[in-house]
Formats: sequence, C-alpha cells, structure tokens
Amino acid sequence: MSLWEYANPKKFMQVSAGVLPWMAGLTGLCLGVGLIWGFFFTPDDFRQGSTVKIIFLHVPSAMMAINAWVMMLVASLIWLVRRHHVSALAARAAAPVGLTFTAIALVTGALWGQPMWGTWWAWDPRLTAFLILALFYLGYIALWQAVEDPDTAADLTAVMCMVGSVFALLSRYAVKFWNQGLHQDSTILKVGEKDPIAPVFYVPLVVCIFGFVLLFVALVLMRTRTEIRARRLSALLARERLA
Amino acid sequence: MEMVVDNLGVARGGLTVLEGVRFALAAGQALILRGPNGVGKTTLLRTLAGLQPAVAGTLRVPPESVTYAAHADGLKAVLTVAENLAFWAEIHGGGDVQAAMAEMNLTELRDRRAANLSAGQKRRLGLARLLVTGRPIWVLDEPTVSLDQASVTLFAGVVRAHLARGGMALIATHIDLGLEEAAVLDLAPFKARMPVASGGGFDEAFA
Amino acid sequence: MKALLLRDVRLAIRAGGGFGLGLAFFLLVAVLVPLGVGPEPATLAKIAPGILWVGALLACLLSLDRIFALDFEDGSLDLLATAPIPLEGVVAIKAFAHWLVTGLPLTLVAPVLAVLLNLPGPGYLWLVVSLLAGTPALSVIGAFGAALVVGVKRGGLLLSLLVLPLYVPTLIFGAEVVKRGASGTEVSVPLLLLAGITAGAVALLPFAAAAALRVNLR
Repeated sequence: MSLWEYANPKKFMQVSAGVLPWMAGLTGLCLGVGLIWGFFFTPDDFRQGSTVKIIFLHVPSAMMAINAWVMMLVASLIWLVRRHHVSALAARAAAPVGLTFTAIALVTGALWGQPMWGTWWAWDPRLTAFLILALFYLGYIALWQAVEDPDTAADLTAVMCMVGSVFALLSRYAVKFWNQGLHQDSTILKVGEKDPIAPVFYVPLVVCIFGFVLLFVALVLMRTRTEIRARRLSALLARERLA
Repeated sequence: MEMVVDNLGVARGGLTVLEGVRFALAAGQALILRGPNGVGKTTLLRTLAGLQPAVAGTLRVPPESVTYAAHADGLKAVLTVAENLAFWAEIHGGGDVQAAMAEMNLTELRDRRAANLSAGQKRRLGLARLLVTGRPIWVLDEPTVSLDQASVTLFAGVVRAHLARGGMALIATHIDLGLEEAAVLDLAPFKARMPVASGGGFDEAFA
Repeated sequence: MKALLLRDVRLAIRAGGGFGLGLAFFLLVAVLVPLGVGPEPATLAKIAPGILWVGALLACLLSLDRIFALDFEDGSLDLLATAPIPLEGVVAIKAFAHWLVTGLPLTLVAPVLAVLLNLPGPGYLWLVVSLLAGTPALSVIGAFGAALVVGVKRGGLLLSLLVLPLYVPTLIFGAEVVKRGASGTEVSVPLLLLAGITAGAVALLPFAAAAALRVNLR
C-alpha cells in the first residue's frame, strides 16, 4: 500500500467521494464558528474600532493565496517527475481557487486600508506583491485553457509554474526594495514577541485559518473530481473518433 | 549502420495509434510505408526522427544519423535558394551546396528568393536540404506532394543515388516512386486495438 | 551556432518586421507620454526613468512571438530539433539574435529619447548601462514565454500575459538604477541585482525554454 495509489484516478474518485462530504461539513463548522466568534464575540479594537474584524477574512485568504500556489508547485513537480495525471489536474483545479483567495485578500485589504490609511489602494510592497501574484495566477489559468492537448498543457503549465515561482519570489523581494510600505509585518507567528496580536483575536483567527484551509482542500477535491470527469469524457470522445 | 525498430508503439494526443511495429533497415535499403489516412504514418515518422517519444518498444538508430522532411519544408521566404541550403549545410557541419542544387536541378534558381518559387520548386529545395545534411537516414513524410512527374523521377534518382552511397530511406507515400528495390510495409495491421472500457473505471491514462 | 545567429539577424533585417517596429514603438511612447502628461520639465524629469524602461520593455515584447512562431509554422523548428545543435543552444542563440535586433538598438536610441523626456544629465550613462545589463534578461525571459505558447494559434496576447509578470523584477531594478543615477545617488545595489537577474535568466531559462519546445514539438 503506497501513497501513490491515490494518484490512480479510479482510486482517487472512490476515496474523494467518501471524504468530500465530511470535509465540506467540517469546513462549514470551522468557518461558521470562527467567523461568528470573530465578528460578534470579540471586542472592538481601541484604535481600529470594528474594522479590525476584517482580519478574520483578510489574513486567512492571504495565507491561502500563497499556499495554493505552493500546492500547485508541488503538484506540478509530482506530475513532471511521476506523470500522475491526477496531480496535474489537481494543480489545474487549484488555480482558480487560489486566484479567488488572492482577490479576496486584495478586496478585504482595500476595505481595511481605506479607514486605516485613508486610501483604497497604496503601492505598498505586500499589496503589490499580491497584485503580481494575481497576474501569475491569470497567466497560469490562461495557459491551461489555450493549449488543446491535455498532456502538453500539463507539461507546459508545470514548467511555467516552476519558473513563475522563482520570479514571484524575486518580485516579492524586488517590490520590498522598491517601496518600504505602510503594511505592518505579519504578526501571526509572533506570539510571545513584542507587539503580538491580542489573544482575544488570536483564537478565533486560528479557527478561521483552519476553516480556510479546509475550504481550499474541499474546493480543490471537488474541482479535481470535475476535471477528472471532463478528462474521462474527452478521452472517450477521442477514442470514439479513432475507432 | 543499421536502424532497428522492435515492437514500437507510438501515440498521438495521448492515444496509442500504432503498436507492435517492427522492421529493420540496413545500409543501402529503402522502406516505403503505406496505410490509410490517419493510421499514424506521420506520428511514426516523427517518433523515428526523435521528435516525440515512443510509448512502447525499442528504437535503435545511430546517434545524429536521421534527418526528417515533412509537409513544411523549413524554408525562409526572404532567403535565396542558395542561402537556404547554405544555412542547413552549415548547421550540419558543411555539406556541398553546389552539388545538392545540381542534383535537384536548382542551380538556375540559386539566386531566387524562396518566396518567388513555385510549390514544386519549393519542394525540390526542401528535398535538396536532405543532401546537404550529410545524414545517412532519410525519414520522409509524403516527399512528392506538389512535384510533377519529371521531378518525381528526378527525386527517385536522388534517393537511389543516396542508397548507392550506403544511405537509408524511410518514405511514407501514396504514389509509386518507381523504386522497385524498396521494401513496402503496410501499417494497417499495426493499428492499435482500443482498450476496452472496464465498467466505468478509470485507468491511468483515462483512455 | 554562428549560422543560426547570422540567419536570424538577416531574417530580422530583411523581413523588416520587429526590428524597426520596436524602435518606432519606443519613439511613440516617448512622444505620447509628454503629450498625455504635459510639457512640465520637472514632471517629465521625474517620470523619465520609469517611462523609458517601460517603453523599452513593451517595445521588446512586440517582437517576442516571432522568436519561435515563424520557425514553428514553416517546419524549421522540427528540423532544428533534429539538427546537431542542442535545443538549449538554439534557444540561447535565438534569444541572443532577438537581443541584437531589439534590445541593443533600444539601448542605443534610449539616450536620444531621454532628451525628449528631459532626463537629468547624470542619468544618461546609467540609462544605457541599465538597459545593457537588463535587456538581455528581457530577451531570454521572452524566449521562454515564446517557447511556452509556440503551439498556440494567435498566442500574442497570452504571451504578454505570461511574460509581463516575469519582467517585474527586471523592470523594478532597471528603472531604479536610472532613477538613482539621475538623482546622483549610489546605483551599485540595484545595478548588481539587475545584472544578477540577467545572469541567472541567461544561464537557466534556455533549459526551461528548450523543455517547453520539446513538449510543443511532440
């Protein structure tokens, strides 16, 4: 029994069909508890008022926007090395989800930034980096759609994802260099250091982050299942044409 | 110098189209491939030329010995006949451009731009490229398209001369080239059988 | 190798497209921006480094799809792939040829256009230096993008979408060199970073591009 057995499309469909409802339920539970707790049962910040509560959407989606790209990179590498089709399709399935998280992070950031910094948009390094990340997602999705042969598309997008990852990192440091910015540093992993996030916010925030991770996994599982079905369909059609 | 193909399977668009292809070609031999449209002649030839990987079987050819000619001749419209040939000659380490032009009856056209050649003349130029590569194994996909009868005879003579020099040729064609000495391989028997769909299951390749 | 370089340069000069077109586009940018922004010398001097770099970058982008698409369509790429040169070498040479007919001319005319945009005196040297150091990266990154989309019909727009995000670090450091040069501050840090990106791209991207080409040819 090897881990790679789950890369077999048939096995993947069986297992994911069983896991998906539980995953969806758990996602709903986590997000429901986390968001309601965060929105209604935490105090207003003494400086930021109730605006601070946007953190419960902003931070998890920003984290997942990056993690989704990392997951795509790993899946692309698995495809290039081991040629598991499910892996390539999972990368494809994750891209629009990642793009959506990026968009949520940008929009909630603008909504948060307006009252705090007095502007909807600032060319702050973090914001700029996310905008560039969104462009990478767009290019990746467009390449998948433009190339007709599915294996060719999988190979090309995998190469693009690898090269893109390097350049996304470079861009991240380039924009840091380019402008020092308004955005505060991330405080999530700084409990115990100076100026940490207050514990009243911390616990519901962690629940929300778990919820977003689960949401991502559930959406990717669901979309991968759709991709596998679509792939199966086109394979059947191709076979029919050939016969 | 020998080309050996054993139990070869080739795929197009992720689907195996030919399987179990086997033949051997020794110096001075030619093989003509036949088969209905869509059977996978082009796919097989591209695999033999090293442009795409085989999905099964073995393909033994000496390294850097194959040159390939297909529907597109790889000509640049703004370069002259001589310049086009000289480029490919130099890329392959310097073949004899003059001799190649003479053999394919192109000497008079040497300073004409490829843009101003007729379809048949372009084809002849494309085939003259084979001579300047200096490679022994010619893999040709429908080489006689848009050639007139006289040019077909001329080309058959060039192939025969190539074989006499110890070369080899693999030609997919529908017309009779007049190469009586060439063996003929019908590809229809190697058509891949469709795998039977097993009760809604998914196999690794989805097909 | 030399034959391929000579052929690509000769094709670019004879066919006209790309070569002059990029320069004309660069000129247009330098003319249109003051018309849009206004003739204020101080304003123009402030935005000149960025405009010149963005203009050069977009002019470079115009001719990218010609790097491989023409050879793909007429079958030359198949023949080059079976030729005794490694495909990585083909990519590197073709990117170099692209740089010779776009990046280098853009670098040479940039000081002239900088006059139109009222670039402050000390910036001229650094404009040329930064473009010399940065435009090779634009050509190599562009060749990688062109290799990805070579099989896509009308892939021009897709190519821009793929390549422009990859140009971000080069643009930032390149424009920063000119900006600092124009204001007379130390330029070595962004210049070294720019040169580092170019060196890395030139060393590694031909392999990725060749891999993409092989996938597209099969």
